[in-house]
Amino acid sequence: MDAEVVSESIEDIEIQLLLDALYRHYHYDFRHYARASIKRRLLQARTQLGYDSISAIQSAVLHDETILPRLLNFLTVQVSEMFRDPSYFRALREKVVPHLRTYPSLKVWVAGCSHGEELYSLSILFAEEGLADRTMFYATDINPAALRAAQAGVYPLDRIRLFTENHRLSGGHSSLSDHYTANYDRAVFDKSLRKRTVFSDHSLVTDAAFGEMHLISCRNVLIYFDRELQDRVVGLFGESLVRGGFLGIGSKESLRFSAHANQFADFVRTERIYRRNAR
Amino acid sequence: MSVRAVVIGTSAGGVQALSHVLPALPADFPAPVLVVVHVPPRRKNALVALFANKCQLAVKEAEDKEPLAPGTIYFAPPDYHLLVETSGTIALSSDEAVNYSRPAIDVLFESAADAFGPGTVGIVMTGANYDGAQGLRAVCAAGGHGIVQTPATAEVATMPEAALAACPDAQAMRLEEIEHALEAMLAR
Ligand SMILES: C[S@@+](CC[C@H](N)C(=O)[O-])C[C@H]1O[C@@H](n2cnc3c(N)ncnc32)[C@H](O)[C@@H]1O
Repeated sequence: MDAEVVSESIEDIEIQLLLDALYRHYHYDFRHYARASIKRRLLQARTQLGYDSISAIQSAVLHDETILPRLLNFLTVQVSEMFRDPSYFRALREKVVPHLRTYPSLKVWVAGCSHGEELYSLSILFAEEGLADRTMFYATDINPAALRAAQAGVYPLDRIRLFTENHRLSGGHSSLSDHYTANYDRAVFDKSLRKRTVFSDHSLVTDAAFGEMHLISCRNVLIYFDRELQDRVVGLFGESLVRGGFLGIGSKESLRFSAHANQFADFVRTERIYRRNAR
Repeated sequence: MSVRAVVIGTSAGGVQALSHVLPALPADFPAPVLVVVHVPPRRKNALVALFANKCQLAVKEAEDKEPLAPGTIYFAPPDYHLLVETSGTIALSSDEAVNYSRPAIDVLFESAADAFGPGTVGIVMTGANYDGAQGLRAVCAAGGHGIVQTPATAEVATMPEAALAACPDAQAMRLEEIEHALEAMLAR
């Protein structure tokens, strides 16, 4: 393809400046997120929050920190479901759990946990497989509102039909309804599912590695990062896993572009589950 | 300006319509072709298998961060939006559905208009909803070329009609004319 030089649009300049401002003032670093999607969501924010321009958002968020949470809800994508891609959870259950059983205690990191759907899925799976009592879960995200929702574990009842179907397809051998109580139009998940969970505000972009994990599940987060940032994060996962530990990523994500990919071997290729090399 | 990307969106009746247009593209077609067809989210992508044998161009499911190659047809995977980056690579996202659809035609078209401006050719064909109308408007507004299947010849006219209403600059064409228009781009 021929590379015509298209001069940078004013909007693109404004976006870059806004992202720089967010980083310098709040230490939220979206500078290396996949730009087309960030742009789309910032233009939505501009319309829905009622600003005339991206520069106006920048001015508002720098001078009024109460704008920040609203902006974060546009900059981060909170789309999730329990047992999303059931075949991934089935592969964890059938192929990864037998290895995890050999450890007396386990640490599992759910990175980019959104409203907790993935965390509760794993917690239910670990309970079903008899691993719950020896496992500590670490659920992290950069969006404080998402973390609060994850900690609450309450979902609209109309989502439960999908969650139940996914859970069944994942090979679940309890009934999902054993794990929540219906309260009007909401499903309230059992507190015991998070009694061994630490929720924390942690950014894959700017924060350090977490220690000695046996399993990291980070799904549909890398897809929002550019290659350079993906590379950093894959390195971070390598540092955070025990040797022989497992990494699961989203069904359309891959380690292919990362310089750190050589630390990992395919474990269940079709489900994007990798294993950290022994050395 | 030469064509940097052809983006195509269709829904109900789309597989039939694409069966006319895509196999007609010659092997030396000079641009990548990106296609969004509304498909149910939990279905495996049957489109690649369906078109791989019929087309002279390479046919594949779009992968995140993959560089666009000329003469290749990329289908959006079910349950992901398909976008292009200004750097000429593909981006997938699992953002909310747009127009009740994921993948959404508007998302692809708007990102292509933004990345490739006048080098974008946008084509909206048969379908039973309004997805693609805003996207095609963005393509035209960026100086790109808008083409719409003539509503009267479409299996379902709703989507072409909406696209023409939103983007009056777009040209209405029958499927054969769309084929010829694309072939003519080769000559340029
Ligand atoms: C699309 S959701 C994925 C949710 C869940 N993992 C799943 O696959 O269903 C992406 C999540 O990543 C979070 N996120 C975005 N950037 C992050 C970062 N730098 N560090 C940690 N989490 C991040 C977002 O706030 C959001 O909750």
